Amino acid sequence: MTTTGRATAFRGQLSLPLTLLLIAPLVALLAWTFFLPIGRLLLTSVTEPTPSLDNYRRLLTEPLHLRVMLRTLLIAFGCTVSALLLGYPVAALMARPGRFWPKLTAICVLVPLWTSALVRSYAWIALIGRRGVINTALIDAGLIAQPLNMLYTSAAVLVGMTHILLPFMVLPIFSALLSLPADLPRAAANLGAGRVRTFLTIVLPLSLPGVFAGCLLVFVMALGFYITPALLGGPRTLMIATLISQQATEALDWPFAGAISTVLLLMSVGLTVAFRRVLRLDRVVAHD
Amino acid sequence: MTSRSIGEWAFRAACLLVLVFLMLPTLIIAPMSLSPDNYLHFPPPGLSLRWYRAFLFAPDWIDATLFSLQVAALTMVASVLIGTAGSVALVRGRLPGRQAIEALLLAPLIIPPIIVAIAVYLQFAPLGLTGTITGFVLIHTALAVPYVVLVVSAALQRLPPSLELAGLNLGASRLTCFRRIVLPLIAPAVLAGAVFAFLASFDETVVSFFISGTEHKTVTRKMFEDIEFNLSPVIAAASTLFVVATIALMVVANASRMASKPQKN
Repeated sequence: MTTTGRATAFRGQLSLPLTLLLIAPLVALLAWTFFLPIGRLLLTSVTEPTPSLDNYRRLLTEPLHLRVMLRTLLIAFGCTVSALLLGYPVAALMARPGRFWPKLTAICVLVPLWTSALVRSYAWIALIGRRGVINTALIDAGLIAQPLNMLYTSAAVLVGMTHILLPFMVLPIFSALLSLPADLPRAAANLGAGRVRTFLTIVLPLSLPGVFAGCLLVFVMALGFYITPALLGGPRTLMIATLISQQATEALDWPFAGAISTVLLLMSVGLTVAFRRVLRLDRVVAHD
Repeated sequence: MTSRSIGEWAFRAACLLVLVFLMLPTLIIAPMSLSPDNYLHFPPPGLSLRWYRAFLFAPDWIDATLFSLQVAALTMVASVLIGTAGSVALVRGRLPGRQAIEALLLAPLIIPPIIVAIAVYLQFAPLGLTGTITGFVLIHTALAVPYVVLVVSAALQRLPPSLELAGLNLGASRLTCFRRIVLPLIAPAVLAGAVFAFLASFDETVVSFFISGTEHKTVTRKMFEDIEFNLSPVIAAASTLFVVATIALMVVANASRMASKPQKN
C-alpha cells in the first residue's frame, strides 16, 4: 500500500474507483432524465424553426407575452410581500419559549406544507367558486343576490399562492429567530428599551438573514408556479408557467415554449445562484 | 389593562387569524367529503359516506390510486438505493468535483416543474416512455433522490469515521462495516428519506400530468382533470384520505429523523 493510500484508508475514505461506482447511478440518472432533456428543450429555442434568436424576439416584442411576464413578476412580488407580512408574526410566535403556542403554530404551518398544492387549490375553488362556500353563505344570508366572481382572477391566484408559499417564508424566519440568543432581547430590556425598540434594534436586524432567505425562496417558487395559476387563474390570468404549458400543448410550439422556459430558468436559477449563501436550501428541505 | 398586554393580545389575535388562514383549506375538505349531496355546502346539511363509497367503487379512481402507489413504491426503493450509495460516495469518498455534484443535486428542487415536465415529455415521447411505469419511476426518482441524499448525507456527516475505522482495524471488510456498523446507525435517516421520496412521487403533479397516458395515469392527474371538468365531492373524499395518510407518514419520518440526531441538551 502506498503512503497516500494508507493515509486515505486511515481517514476512513473510500478509494476513487469505489467512490465513482457508488455515485455513478445517481449522476447517470440525473444527467439522462433531468439535465439532458432540459438542455435539449432550451437548445430548440435557438435552433428551431431556424437557427436564430427569433423565438426570443417574439417573446420580448409581443404585448401579450410581455403582459404575462409582467403579471408573473407582480404576482410573485405580491406573494412575497403578503407572505412576509403574514409569516413574520407567525414565525415569532413559533420561536417563543413555552409549550402551547409554538406547538400549535408548528402544526398549523406543517400540516398545509404536507398537503399537496393540488388539494389546497381544490379547497380554494370549493371556497371561492361561484357555487362555493362563501358565495352560498352570502346568498343564504341575503347579503348578495348574485354570486361574486372571485375565482379565475389575479386575486384568487395571489391568495392561493400565498397560502401555499407561506410555510416557506415562516420556516427560515423561525430558524433565524430560534438561533437568536435569548440574552440579547433581555439585555436590551434591562437597559431600558421598550418592546418595540427591542424588536426594531435587536430582533429584527438579527432575523434579517431568515427574512431574506424566505423572501427569495417564495419569490423564486412563485415565478415558476404552475398548479395554482392553472386551476385558480383560468385562461385570463396566464402566468409564465401556464403560458409555457399553453404554447407546448395547445399551440404545439415547442421551440417557443423552450424560449419562455429559458427566460424563466435564467430568472429562478440566476436568483438562487446569486444568493445561494443566504438560501441554505438543505435547511429548508429538512426544516429543522 | 396595561399597554403591554394589549399589544400582546393584538399580536396573538393577528397570529391566530393567519393560523386559521393556513388551516382553512385543509379543514374545509373533510366536512365537504362527508356531505350528502352533490354540491359543496358548508356546513354540510348532514353526514354521509357516499363520496367515500363512490371513490372506493370507481374503477378509474382506484386504478389511478393503485398506479400512483406502485410508482411511489418503486420510486422510493430506487431513490433509497441510488441516494444512499451516492451519499456514501459524497461524504466518505475522495471525489473530484464534489461541490459541483452537490450543487447540481439541488437543481430538481429549484427548477420549475413545468420546465421539467415539458422537457421530459419531449425526451420520453419518442422512446415510448410516456404513460409507462418505467418512465414515471425514472423521472420521479430523479425528482425524489435529492431528498434522500440531503437527509442521509447529513446523518453520515454526524457519524464519526472512527467507528468504521475500528471495524476495519478489526479485520472487517468495507461491506461488512457498512452493513453492520454504518447502516444500523443511519437507518432512521434512510427511513425518513424513504418516506420523503414516496411522498414526493405520490404528490408529484405537474410532470405526471404531462407524461400520463390514457391508460396509465397517476391519481394527481386524475384529480387535476376532475377539478377542471367536474367538481365532485369525490375529490374531497380522496383528498381527505390522502391528507390523513400523508400527515401520518410525515409524523413517522420526522420522528425517525429526530431519532437519528444527537440529543440536544
